[in-house]
Amino acid sequence: MTKQVVQISKVIIRFAGDSGDGMQMTGDRFTSETAGLGNDLATLPDFPAEIRAPQGTLAGVSAFQLHFADHEVLTPGDQPDVLVAMNPAALRANIGDLPAGGELIANTDEFTKRAWEKVGYAANPLEDEAFLQKYHVHPVALTSMTVAALQDIDISKKDAERAKNMFALGLLCWLYNRPFDATLEFLTDKFGKRPTILAANVAAFNAGWSFGETTEDFAIQYEVNPAVKKAGVYRNITGNPALAYGLIAASVQSGLPLLLGTYPITPASDILHELSKHKEFGVITVQAEDEIAGIGAALGASYGGSLGITTTSGPGVALKSETIGLAVALELPLVIIDVQRGGPSTGLPTKTEQSDLLQAMFGRNGESPVPVIAPKSPSDCFDAALEACRIAIEYRTPVFLLSDGYLANGSEPWLVPDASTFKVIEPNFATETNHVDKDGKDEFWPYLRDPETLARPWAIPGTKGLEHRIGGLEKANGSGAISYDPENHDTMVRLRQAKVDGIANTIPLLEVDDPSGSARILILGWGSTFGPIGAACRLAREAGHQVAQTHIRHINPFPSNLGEVLKSYDRVIVPEMNLGQLSMLLRAKYLVDIISYNQVRGMPFKSQGLADVIIEVIETERATA
Amino acid sequence: MSNFPSLSLVPAASEAQSAKDFKSDQEVRWCPGCGDYAILAAVQSFLPSLGLARENIVFVSGIGCSSRFPYYLNTYGMHSIHGRAPAIATGLAASREDLSVWVITGDGDALSIGGNHLIHALRRNVNLKILLFNNRIYGLTKGQYSPTSEQGKITKSTPEGSLDYSFNPVSLALGAEATFVARTIDSDRAHLQGVLAAAAAHEGTALVEIYQNCNIFNDNAWEPLKDSDTRDDLLMRLEHGEVILFGKDKGKGVTRTSEGHLKVVNVADVSSDALIRHDAHATDPGLAFALSRLSDVYSLENTPIGVFRDIQRPSYDRLVREQVAQVKERQGAGDLQDLITGNDTWTVK
Repeated sequence: MTKQVVQISKVIIRFAGDSGDGMQMTGDRFTSETAGLGNDLATLPDFPAEIRAPQGTLAGVSAFQLHFADHEVLTPGDQPDVLVAMNPAALRANIGDLPAGGELIANTDEFTKRAWEKVGYAANPLEDEAFLQKYHVHPVALTSMTVAALQDIDISKKDAERAKNMFALGLLCWLYNRPFDATLEFLTDKFGKRPTILAANVAAFNAGWSFGETTEDFAIQYEVNPAVKKAGVYRNITGNPALAYGLIAASVQSGLPLLLGTYPITPASDILHELSKHKEFGVITVQAEDEIAGIGAALGASYGGSLGITTTSGPGVALKSETIGLAVALELPLVIIDVQRGGPSTGLPTKTEQSDLLQAMFGRNGESPVPVIAPKSPSDCFDAALEACRIAIEYRTPVFLLSDGYLANGSEPWLVPDASTFKVIEPNFATETNHVDKDGKDEFWPYLRDPETLARPWAIPGTKGLEHRIGGLEKANGSGAISYDPENHDTMVRLRQAKVDGIANTIPLLEVDDPSGSARILILGWGSTFGPIGAACRLAREAGHQVAQTHIRHINPFPSNLGEVLKSYDRVIVPEMNLGQLSMLLRAKYLVDIISYNQVRGMPFKSQGLADVIIEVIETERATA
Repeated sequence: MSNFPSLSLVPAASEAQSAKDFKSDQEVRWCPGCGDYAILAAVQSFLPSLGLARENIVFVSGIGCSSRFPYYLNTYGMHSIHGRAPAIATGLAASREDLSVWVITGDGDALSIGGNHLIHALRRNVNLKILLFNNRIYGLTKGQYSPTSEQGKITKSTPEGSLDYSFNPVSLALGAEATFVARTIDSDRAHLQGVLAAAAAHEGTALVEIYQNCNIFNDNAWEPLKDSDTRDDLLMRLEHGEVILFGKDKGKGVTRTSEGHLKVVNVADVSSDALIRHDAHATDPGLAFALSRLSDVYSLENTPIGVFRDIQRPSYDRLVREQVAQVKERQGAGDLQDLITGNDTWTVK
């Protein structure tokens, strides 16, 4: 039958099922096909920490949301337009987000009495009149149709049932007119050595596609035109691989071999996985016995003239703190990547949060300043990693890079940069003595600083004539010999702080986005809230309000014009996925009465909620003016 | 090129060196009479024999009295944090094949706070030489019992006697399948330097336990092994390939019981073919481990010294280098533009 084709400008789809249903893979594949069509997009995987929670339970629901459009997309979207629910648990866990009138594709085979009772439904929701009135429900016997489609393939019933996610993908690909080529290639790659499994997945996909084409239940096929984007070559990129690429780029640009010392931890492990695949760049990955050994190996490598990197999440940072302090004292380059997750303690391993900021700033003994920078989007993890390495190398200092679970697993299209435009990072190893002792003999002083940057010389083992000893004990300014002198300690503490403060001279001034040019309210964020804040500003502006937006990448030191920016607005709103950590820093440093807006739900902000906050502040200001 | 095959990637010294070349300008600040002085002097006079460029030698230490060691050697050095020296040295050794990396640690640093790093360094067989100064006491914190203190020890923190059972560092290292394990004594310079030479020649992690005297907080802990009246009776000097004979007049040996355990016997009481011959090169660490268990924690009877185990197994850092080289050989050197572009792109015109 010929179906009606309708042009729409954006869609938000959420795939939800059991942890074992392959929802992340389904989402990834749909994303890949969508990216290839040139739509702009953003994704939000949302899965439990358990690898296989009990089947059919709310705890085991794994979901993947994708927002794609013919225009610029800033977030994965607040609410899905379409929900694919593979079982009653997936429905129950996600139906609250589906707006009235939203489309629901439900796998009816899984809606047995036992299954819907298990998650607390008193009756089958798909047979509930009020439910059917509220949502546009497409009941699809996904499992049995998949099994039927595979009857000619020599495969167990269980394996056949497992291909149902491909049926769902096929149906959705038909519905939104996505091509299948890349997925076919992907499946061939993945299952090439198991031809029957490959055949089953392909057949399931085709069956899903044909079902869409023939069933009367789906009367309309949709099309979303490509977004208008800057010319160039694009790819889809997830935050963790982008971050790994940024580290490799820094290694190439500095000529320093990269050594990652790390211990697996969610949600940072994928950076280890990615880096371990790139030995062609001379990358060494040491999967250490614990978090402390991971950073120890990285620091040891830095001492030897490598680019030492460690990756972790909040609990790992707690363990690494002492070594970070040592790196502050040794004044050696080191990059600590903290992919933040919900805390305290083990907290929410697979959920996002921004609550390690103060830990990164202050979580060490003594006056122990460490530069902190944060990427704002999955692709920005690349640039932020490159920048973190630049600061570490040029200033001989540990640097914190604060990513988070949302950036780590979320994805977006990326205009692939031209590698020939990346700046060279100059390690400037010391090769000559730099001081003359009282007897006129040339000697090397490891703490004789560069007068401009205050960075100390980095003389690596193997450099003749510059043999020296460094350690965690306080050092005499200049010579680096052990010193317990009160005056010297005071000097050294201030010098280390001044060195980090001075980095502000090399970072760009903060820019403010205010299309109206006359906004009196500023909304300021850091890290992964960039997308939701931007979308919220868009909503507020569409509603006729004026609001300025700015986003901080460098949190320590702050950009040098930050104080000025803050003071040029009547009110400043700072939304954070913590209880106000950046707000605390801003208030302390600039004495500005920040409006701190906080959520710690393990999920990114919804833009409508943020827009409501902005509008409320604007209206309150107007009323009290 | 060095005389030591395991150090073939480390540049040789361009001129002859003496102990003096390895003395730094720092004033040595251990207590007068500390066993560390003897070890420092032995190491300073041993290092020239390696024939290595001084700038390619690195000493990394943790925290404790012994960990001040690097400050007194005119090589590269890092005085790091408590227990972590093996981890830091692992990163250094894995990334720099041209360095001779030594770790200086103590019984508290290596076996208490740093126990995890020690066993994993040994298991990985990183090219590190770990010198563990064992004085059976915490010195720098002024006299608490350590993991090698004998149970019942009266110290500042254990006025009624310590309750912990002690570690035997050699047994621990062998349990972790260390490829080189030896024991020596601070005051026996010739033996100490012989063991250091064997450790230096070994590819991979070498653990050398050095019985060291803390004359302030645990004086004479090893005295029976040093006293000329008692030492010959207590010390079992291990020599690879030799029948183990010790005691005054070499009257004692080691045999295997019908249950399979090792037992010290009077040589006169058994047939000569029943006596155990030491085999430091045995792949199975069982014999070395059994020997390490013979000594008595309190009386120090039957204390073996020398090289317990010295086997060949490729070091972690060599395997790291080989993997990188294989990938480069297979794929060619990495291209940054290719990496970031990937193979799933689209073009917007």
